[in-house]
Amino acid sequence: MNTANMKSRTWKKPPFIESPMLRWGLVVGGAFYLALAFGTMDVNWGRVADGIPRGQRFVSAFFPPDFVSRAGDIFDGILESLWITIISTVAGIAISIPVGLGAARNLSPRPVYLASRAILAISRTFPEIIIALFAVKLFGFGPFAGFIALSVGTVGFYGKLLAEDIEDMDPSQAEAVRATGAGWFQWLNYAVQPQVMPRMIGLGMYRLDINFRESAVVGIVGGGGIGATLLTSFDRYEFDSAAAILLVIIGIVMAVEYSSSYIRKWVQ
Amino acid sequence: MPVTETASDKLWKRRDRKTQLTVWGVQFVCLMIFVYCWSLVSEKTIWEFVYDAPRQAGDMASRMVPPAWDYMDKLWLAIWDTINIATLGTLMAVVMAFPIAFLAARNTTPSVVFVRPIALFIIVSSRSINSLLWALMLVTIIGPGVMAGVLAIGFRSIGFCAKLLYEAIEEIDTTQVEAVTATGASGPQILHYGIVPQILPAFAGISVFRWDINIRESTVLGLVGAGGIGLQLNASINNVAWTQVSLILLVILGTVIVSEWVSAKVRHAII
Amino acid sequence: MLRLVDLVKQYKTGDTALKGVNLEVPDGQVMALIGPSGAGKSTLIRCVNRLVEPTSGKISLNDMELTSLSQGQLRRARRRMGMIFQEYALVERLTVMENVLSGRLGYVPFWRSYFRKFPQSDIDEAFRLLARVGLDHMVDKRADELSGGQRQRVGICRALIQQPELLLVDEPTASLDPKTSRQIMRLIKELCEERKLSAIINIHDVLLAQMFAERIVGLQLGEIVYDGPPDGLTPDVLTQIYGEEDWEATIEKVDEDEEEDLDAAPKRAAGSE
Ligand SMILES: Nc1ncnc2c1ncn2[C@@H]1O[C@H](COP(=O)(O)OP(=O)(O)O)[C@@H](O)[C@H]1O
Ligand SMILES: [Mg+2]
Repeated sequence: MNTANMKSRTWKKPPFIESPMLRWGLVVGGAFYLALAFGTMDVNWGRVADGIPRGQRFVSAFFPPDFVSRAGDIFDGILESLWITIISTVAGIAISIPVGLGAARNLSPRPVYLASRAILAISRTFPEIIIALFAVKLFGFGPFAGFIALSVGTVGFYGKLLAEDIEDMDPSQAEAVRATGAGWFQWLNYAVQPQVMPRMIGLGMYRLDINFRESAVVGIVGGGGIGATLLTSFDRYEFDSAAAILLVIIGIVMAVEYSSSYIRKWVQ
Repeated sequence: MPVTETASDKLWKRRDRKTQLTVWGVQFVCLMIFVYCWSLVSEKTIWEFVYDAPRQAGDMASRMVPPAWDYMDKLWLAIWDTINIATLGTLMAVVMAFPIAFLAARNTTPSVVFVRPIALFIIVSSRSINSLLWALMLVTIIGPGVMAGVLAIGFRSIGFCAKLLYEAIEEIDTTQVEAVTATGASGPQILHYGIVPQILPAFAGISVFRWDINIRESTVLGLVGAGGIGLQLNASINNVAWTQVSLILLVILGTVIVSEWVSAKVRHAII
Repeated sequence: MLRLVDLVKQYKTGDTALKGVNLEVPDGQVMALIGPSGAGKSTLIRCVNRLVEPTSGKISLNDMELTSLSQGQLRRARRRMGMIFQEYALVERLTVMENVLSGRLGYVPFWRSYFRKFPQSDIDEAFRLLARVGLDHMVDKRADELSGGQRQRVGICRALIQQPELLLVDEPTASLDPKTSRQIMRLIKELCEERKLSAIINIHDVLLAQMFAERIVGLQLGEIVYDGPPDGLTPDVLTQIYGEEDWEATIEKVDEDEEEDLDAAPKRAAGSE
């Protein structure tokens, strides 16, 4: 019956944003923003052009990289990065456990909750490198400053996730254990820990990975580790040593990632 | 077997002896590693400085107040640059991550043996190298400025976005793809009708998530000369202008909070 | 006519899902393929459009040998076979219309499908089909907003807009309630009659198979153990296909109860517009 009048029916894909005003507003606004952003970018094209041969030299420095001529510096720097990574991860996680417990709404009284959340917010906002900058001012040059910076970063990251995980846990299991008359620590041990443990071990490994990558940059502001060595090689345009360092970093990150996926499987 | 029967009793232990020993062994080794690392770090630390740090911190804090509010005039451009570095860098990363993710995902890669490892290596390299290191390299090569910052953020984010995206691609519902295949669609058509609609929400979420992180990271790129508010921070610290430093820290705090709010809103709107 | 000759499928895991199946489906025949889970029903129809590559044997559709086609030829051959899936397999984030039009992907070049610029004749046909199944008032709804029965009707439209010669239907009713199941089966049967299509319908439900198919093939462990008319399904035959059970209640002939007539749906929809 309606085949006749349907012959002329056309179809267009319904637009993602229905209101045409808003749609075109977004398009025009986006284009305007891009134009403005590129317009104010203030690029020194002459300098960029100079960079092309330098870039080629940098890329060719990877074939082959020079592990040898600064081998001692690279080795020491990498080891120092590893030490910093390990102790800051351990210390950061140790501190973030009480803070994370305090920041879980279903666990803590209001004042403790607010205080813990404030600690987490502060330690999360600033990038590790800024914390390192101040740590170097306070504790002097060297790995201790890097250790402090990465620990603070770890507390912010791990504490927040721990708190969220506890808030998401199954309340009926927690209730059941509480109903047995368990004390607070017993309750933590039997009701909370089994529920959050596997995921938190995984996240701990993930943080170890992040901390290693960060430990490679705190050296730029004097916080110890491989970063200082890398900065020196760039400053002296020793691209083949820089290439070697970068490859070592990539290799270690891959190793950590691989072993952490292995450990995660083992734990779960 | 944690339950053992003796003549009179049934004993229960949490773990049998071998597991228990392994657990203790692993714990002991971890402890030793920690202690060893700690001793190495502590060797290189001047403890007098550390003991003196609380006093120093108090001193520094007292010199930071009140923030030099009139310095704000000079910061607006730096904030604008910081936001641009994050936004343009994310844009660049997202555009490049999209094809790389398809090359890396097991179910869409043209070749598991040849193409996939290359894509995975690009992803790992990009992710392993901190954006500050990318910035350091790019400043050395193309010179200081906002462009080095944009590229640094872009290069760092390609791996991040591509990794999350290819994981999303590997988890798609295959029956939808099969249904499109069964109509006689060509390869590109299968991609566009069967796969892309499924990963689009993840793609949008990942982009916004990374943009939020990039705002935070682009505040420090100036430390190595790659533009943004980090330049001012570095300068003020070098000039020991602590009241300016505290203002810059407040501005960074504000920017980060606003960006977090914006990204939460946008993510809410898409998903 | 679809012809399978000595079709064998062995999966990489070692499971031999089909052990030399010989089958002929003449034009215009609606055939039900029954059998327990794991009998190889899905494998069989997936071999026909080569979503699963057969290990050996021959498949031909109207004298076109399907097993030896190149990729490009396979694409063209797939257009001639519409497929309907158990879990609907609609692309959930696309609209109803886009899902239906995706049935034309084998006919249009990439740029057309990319910009959603399908020929007007395809769009007319899509509207016609959607009206036929009573969904033409929902063209711009997203597929994940539909009920199960509505999704399956969209799936049917997607298969039919291909202008196929053969329908491959894999358990179309397994995720639907009993009433919707019957409506969908009746719709498939009517559409096959209208368009002179042949169909292979995999189905769990013996009763539905008997009600809507003119021929029943029973598959067990990759081998055909029954091939005949619906009323030849005696308890003995069912025992042979499915194993020992009390089958009397299952085969008892049911009266076709009065159901909502699907042909009424487009009128209602058009009226409410
Ligand atoms: N992708 C696959 N890989 C390995 N074995 C499979 C696969 N699909 C099906 N099989 C096996 O093939 C046999 C037949 O399966 P299937 O065709 O799905 O049966 P039905 O559709 O009748 O339930 C089963 O033994 C199943 O385990
Ligand atoms: Mg099946």
